[in-house]
Amino acid sequence: MEIPYTVTARPDTGLWNAKVGIWLFLASEVMLFGGLFSAYIFLRLDAPPGYWPHGLLNVPVGTINTAILIASSVTVVLAWASLKMRRFKAYWWYMLATISCGVIFLVVKLAYEWPQKFEHFGAYIKTSELEKYEKYLGNKHLLSQGLPPRVEISGHLHNPEALKDPKIKEYEIALDPIYTDPTNPAMDRPHFLYVPPTNKVAAIEKADVERATMFVPSHSTYFATYFTITGLHGLHVLGGVIVFIYFWLPVGSKLYRKNPEHLANRVEVAGLFWHFVDLIWIFVFPLFYLL
Amino acid sequence: MNNPPTTEPIETETEHYAPQAHDVSKHVRGYLLVGATLLTFTALTVFLSYVDFGTQKANIAVAMVVAAFKAGLVAYIFMHLSAEKKLIYRVLIFTVIFVLGLFWLTYLAWYDPVTSK
Amino acid sequence: MDASSSVSHAEHHPHAHGEHDHHELGFWRKYVFSTDHKVIGIQYGISGLIFLFLGFCLMMLMRWQLAFPGTKLPLVGNMLENVFGQGAVANGVMTPEFYNSLGAMHGTIMIFLGIVPVAFAAFGNFVVPLQIGAPDMTFPKINMASYWAFFVGGVVMLVSFFVPGGAAKSGWTSYTPLADIVDKGPTYDAIMNGQTLWLIGFILLITSSLLGAVNFIATIIQLRTKGMTWMRLPFFVWAQFVTAFLLLLAFPPLESAIVMQLMDRVAGTSFFLPSGLVVNGAQVSISGGGSPLLWQHLFWFLGHPEVYVLILPGMGIVAEVIANNTRKPLWGYKSLVLAALVLGFLSFIVWAHHMWLTGMGTVVSAFFQTTTMIISIPSVIILSAFFISLWGGSIRFTVPMLFATAFLPMFGIGGLTGIPLAFNSTDLYLHDTYYVIAHFHYIVAPGTIFAVFAGIYYWFPKATGRKMNEFWGKVHFWPSFVCMNVIFLPMFLQGMLGIHRRWYDGGQGWNVAAEKVWGLSGFHWNLPISIAAWCLGLAQIPFIINFFYSMRKGEKVNDNPWEATTLEWTAPTPPRHGNFPVQPVAYRGPYEYSLPGRAKDYTMQTEPVQPDERRVREPSMSLGH
Repeated sequence: MEIPYTVTARPDTGLWNAKVGIWLFLASEVMLFGGLFSAYIFLRLDAPPGYWPHGLLNVPVGTINTAILIASSVTVVLAWASLKMRRFKAYWWYMLATISCGVIFLVVKLAYEWPQKFEHFGAYIKTSELEKYEKYLGNKHLLSQGLPPRVEISGHLHNPEALKDPKIKEYEIALDPIYTDPTNPAMDRPHFLYVPPTNKVAAIEKADVERATMFVPSHSTYFATYFTITGLHGLHVLGGVIVFIYFWLPVGSKLYRKNPEHLANRVEVAGLFWHFVDLIWIFVFPLFYLL
Repeated sequence: MNNPPTTEPIETETEHYAPQAHDVSKHVRGYLLVGATLLTFTALTVFLSYVDFGTQKANIAVAMVVAAFKAGLVAYIFMHLSAEKKLIYRVLIFTVIFVLGLFWLTYLAWYDPVTSK
Repeated sequence: MDASSSVSHAEHHPHAHGEHDHHELGFWRKYVFSTDHKVIGIQYGISGLIFLFLGFCLMMLMRWQLAFPGTKLPLVGNMLENVFGQGAVANGVMTPEFYNSLGAMHGTIMIFLGIVPVAFAAFGNFVVPLQIGAPDMTFPKINMASYWAFFVGGVVMLVSFFVPGGAAKSGWTSYTPLADIVDKGPTYDAIMNGQTLWLIGFILLITSSLLGAVNFIATIIQLRTKGMTWMRLPFFVWAQFVTAFLLLLAFPPLESAIVMQLMDRVAGTSFFLPSGLVVNGAQVSISGGGSPLLWQHLFWFLGHPEVYVLILPGMGIVAEVIANNTRKPLWGYKSLVLAALVLGFLSFIVWAHHMWLTGMGTVVSAFFQTTTMIISIPSVIILSAFFISLWGGSIRFTVPMLFATAFLPMFGIGGLTGIPLAFNSTDLYLHDTYYVIAHFHYIVAPGTIFAVFAGIYYWFPKATGRKMNEFWGKVHFWPSFVCMNVIFLPMFLQGMLGIHRRWYDGGQGWNVAAEKVWGLSGFHWNLPISIAAWCLGLAQIPFIINFFYSMRKGEKVNDNPWEATTLEWTAPTPPRHGNFPVQPVAYRGPYEYSLPGRAKDYTMQTEPVQPDERRVREPSMSLGH
């Protein structure tokens, strides 16, 4: 006996097997990212004022990446539609478009966004020494506006050897724009466009610093959560891209010739996974980039 | 002796699937429309994030409502939930309940410690 | 040739003409990398039983330390010292670190490498497709992947014993911040250390369970044969169905937490490390801002449904065995099904009763206490239905029935003793004491494990065509039953007297004070408990011998030696690839025993309904009746 309902639907459920399987799997994935999102909620609520940063991520680039992923969702559903309408060439092009979008998303993230962070430096100032760096932090102004204080000075680290060498007593930071003009009301909320570190170099004494690292996962719970969630999401994007490549290669056309509905079903199942990946990003984007 | 077939019948391709293909072609316009809507709402959510709605909670709420709407569109149209029978809905409803339960109860545990008044 | 003989020819050789010839698979594809659910089920079963045995050995070592603290381990002491080094066993005496490793790994192995693979995966894989009349699982290749992920995960867990520093030693619960900082330092490897390997192994195990759960649910939904409606499913299938949902939805948050703990250990993040953490007198150089409580919430979000994963398949097995050996239908089928569904749902919203000592406020505590109280109701319904099923039955005390009957009061004791733990107030005293150990062991040890034994004796003939020996089965049962109670009953007492879990000296230090104050000693109970534990180990020897001996030399039986009604007993023995030569059709419910006016005291599900038959009213899910 062969296993029934692999391609045609079972009458009472209206579903074929792989569709049931993928929805169940997606349910488990909802719980997986749910666990990570609950960690985000917990850690963000627990962060003292000023310790959960805003405006550190590049919003235009994030928006473009979001648009790319949405576009890929459209192209994958059009690829599936083409298969259902038995238009193989259209399917091939739409699938290629989907794969390309996925690859571009990953390249933007891994070749631009993440390395940009790894090269950025931030030093948390000890609470007792915050007064000393008021000219960079502008906390009096912030408090008068009812805004949370700034507790960190960030920018481009001119002397990276200071991180390892205990004999060097200061960090030389080419300051981010905020710290050059901290009391300007325009600096109160994050900007849309990304502005790189200025030329103004400040010397921050190591003795006044609570903790200083590049913007890596161990820098703060914000970056820990950011890199973990986007990293896991990125792995899912990669997985989806690999599956799509498999269906786009000649093995896809072989299956199409043998049983086109079977290929359509498999592409639909992969497409469902892809839409879910897009869905997660729809929440990740505002939570990390905007809020 | 003839045994009844135990595998699914292999029917002629075009006869069986033609009606489905016709349905799908009607939906293509819909997919493009939804795609455009999603892009628009992405721009909207970015724009709204620079508008001050008073409290931080309100800002978060606005962003989450927009995100939920976009997610709903993806789920309903792209993932064909609109076309599925009840079974899938039931599985998903349970999942949604449990995820929200996980969020709410952990939040409640954080929010209601024994040292608070 | 006349018509009658051609009909009889067909009866004796029911081959489907539609079945195409599979070329004979080689040894490796047939027995090792098989996609057949029966082979995979047996693989899970054998691997799981071996892991159960290993976990049991770890416990037997611990019991020496508890009964004779600080003394040399006899027989194995020198061997362990040579294998694991002075850090584990020094001069024949177990070190505290090794004791902790034994404890943490005993729990992990028994639960995730023992019971879940055997009760859920092994029995589920072998029996469920047969009971629903399916040719296999919906996704056979994923099924195979799921087994091998489990196997590799198990190997990783075992390998962790042999790395510098030894296996994980922060409890099977791996509470942070301890689990974040343990096994780190100059003498440890960054990845090849006990705790990190535990995390990596666990991810493989979770992957295996998730793939398995998807398979089970899809199979039960999609591959029920003609006539096999939901309310005609054997209760065992319902139990596995709910269990699969628990695994599917509860494991992922733990997986996310494990990923975060891995990030903490390997990437230096502070998901679970609070600000200002001081270790060995020095402030740790971390970002801080993390929450140890977060780990506990995410862990127990799985942890609680997990305990129902451990008991539900056992309940399913007991249901089948009781119905079969009382020769009457199960009482309250509809209640059983509804209770199992409600139990599954509620199990997701009770988890914080494992966290009463974390300082949650009155509102959230009241919520969890209420849901925990409510969840006892479906459990009681299930147990009561089983007890009532015995009433008026024509009971045959076969070996499976002995184990299944013993399950009932044992699970009863386990469940009832959970009640003080359900309340924040009483649990403040009992938390982390031996009372808790006794409570949950009563449920899994003379509970689920007995159900597993019942299942093995019961379905052994279907897998092998031979019965296990009845006499030696009873020799296995009685000492096991007695020893289980001698081990765990006194632990309630110990717990109430205040002896704590995970104490290397077994409460020796505490005991001195208690004897002075109250003149009571909970400590001396450790000796009879340990002796009973070692006797329990000895009592398994007849089982192991019986198991392997009967495969070759056991009493040969036909397709349905227990005269049972469910679909698996209509299949050939052992079932071939594809299970049923002709697709079976179900005409009736699963427990039609002792129907009035029939020649035999059982009627199989595949037997068509005769026009003159007095029909039993079948349960349905509608609210009308």
